[in-house]
Amino acid sequence: MSVLTGKERRIVGFLCNWCSYGGADTAGVGRFVQPTDLRIIRVPCSGRINPLFIVKALLGGADGVLVSGCHPRDCHYAEGNFYARRRLEMCKNLLPLVGIDPKRFEYTWVSASEGQRWQHVVTEFTKQIHALPPAPVFPESPEIERLAACAGE
Amino acid sequence: MDDELKGAIRKVLPDVDCVIGWGPGPDPLRSAPFFMRKPEEVDAFVVGPLAVNNPAVFLPEYKGKKVGIVVKGCDSRSVVQQIAEGLVKREEVVIIGFPCSGVVDIQKIAAQLGQDIEPGMVTSLSISSDKLTVNVKDTAKTMDMADVRADKCASCQYPNAVVSDEFVGTPKEGKTDDYADLAAFEEKSIDERFAFWEQEMSRCIRCYACRNACPLCVCRDHCVATSREPHWLNQADSTREKLFFQLIHATHLAGRCTGCGECSRACPVGIPVGLFKRTMTRAAARLFDYQAGTNAETVPPLQTFATEEPTIKEREW
Ligand code: SF4
Ligand code: SF4
Repeated sequence: MSVLTGKERRIVGFLCNWCSYGGADTAGVGRFVQPTDLRIIRVPCSGRINPLFIVKALLGGADGVLVSGCHPRDCHYAEGNFYARRRLEMCKNLLPLVGIDPKRFEYTWVSASEGQRWQHVVTEFTKQIHALPPAPVFPESPEIERLAACAGE
Repeated sequence: MDDELKGAIRKVLPDVDCVIGWGPGPDPLRSAPFFMRKPEEVDAFVVGPLAVNNPAVFLPEYKGKKVGIVVKGCDSRSVVQQIAEGLVKREEVVIIGFPCSGVVDIQKIAAQLGQDIEPGMVTSLSISSDKLTVNVKDTAKTMDMADVRADKCASCQYPNAVVSDEFVGTPKEGKTDDYADLAAFEEKSIDERFAFWEQEMSRCIRCYACRNACPLCVCRDHCVATSREPHWLNQADSTREKLFFQLIHATHLAGRCTGCGECSRACPVGIPVGLFKRTMTRAAARLFDYQAGTNAETVPPLQTFATEEPTIKEREW
């Protein structure tokens, strides 16, 4: 068991290849201190992000999801992030109805040169997630519970 | 009005493959989808408070053929949205509209009777303008129409067909929709809402009736719920998978749902799954000033964008 068990939360980050992933890299190269809760998944563009990625992560037990892409008007593919902005905003509207705190999901824009901004975003978002209780967890299906019990014996 | 509508259907029949409407169902309380091909078949056509289901669900399957369809106001919005999204061609459908005074909710009738109504239990039925008398096993019960009307009808903005080729009757005044149902639900705290859905979705039997009744769920064999590649949903009987499907449906209907209410109605265990889509509909109205199914010319909000989005308040970091 990791020494960080209980201290870390599970945060999933979806970062676009061209800006935000570069921004996170810049922050790393610059040796900016950052919280370690975030697990980054690199995607080609914020327009690639299906809102279901976010929903599935949250239902699967993630405590938070952070999406970051190129600034509006700066998308590598010109308009991917414009479509993304609308989808992500709609997704943010759905979460509270389901009983998922909308603070568990944020989206933002970080360019490849903004290492400092990336550090700030990660730090703030991680703080925000730590201020919330751990994500609600669904019980497994009865069949899986039974199988797991057999396997344990 | 029934006879005039039948006249309009007969008039349209020679030009189309069939006219879709409502016909006799398993008992006097339930109508069923009805596909009329010959003039004599039109005699059994049913309309009024029992014309519950949304015939637009069948339209996309007929793409390439010309068909007629009889629509309530809410059904017509589904057709308009199908046209706006290219799922149905305007020139391939003849729309017959009428002013709708609302339809019944069978669950509410069952509640008034104090028992479930299995198909076939109702032996006869009579309807006047504001009363409904149901005979179950030779005991009659009369109820106020207002008490058994579907919830969506109370906030129906478009009781007349939004678009029609034939319109029978005098158009009715629409009501306003203030999303009171969502406001009532939102009285619950975030945790209470989660507990509510956990409880409700645990009853889901994954029959996908909610999807199959949806006139805008057109993927059929390609629905992500049943695809193995990608494998979005697993086969485990867990509440999480069931809830996840509802969120798939809601996100796929975001900015497209016209609020016909068929998903909730079709659910055999009575889960109010329409609420998920209602919240998306409200968001589309607030953010993009868009109401699905009211104008076939406008592009649905998630298929387009604006470089500046004044209504989207992004987070400042
Ligand atoms: S739930 Fe989504 S994928 Fe499935 S039929 Fe509906 S729109 Fe298509
Ligand atoms: S209709 Fe009801 S029971 Fe069937 S899949 Fe949908 S929510 Fe579940």
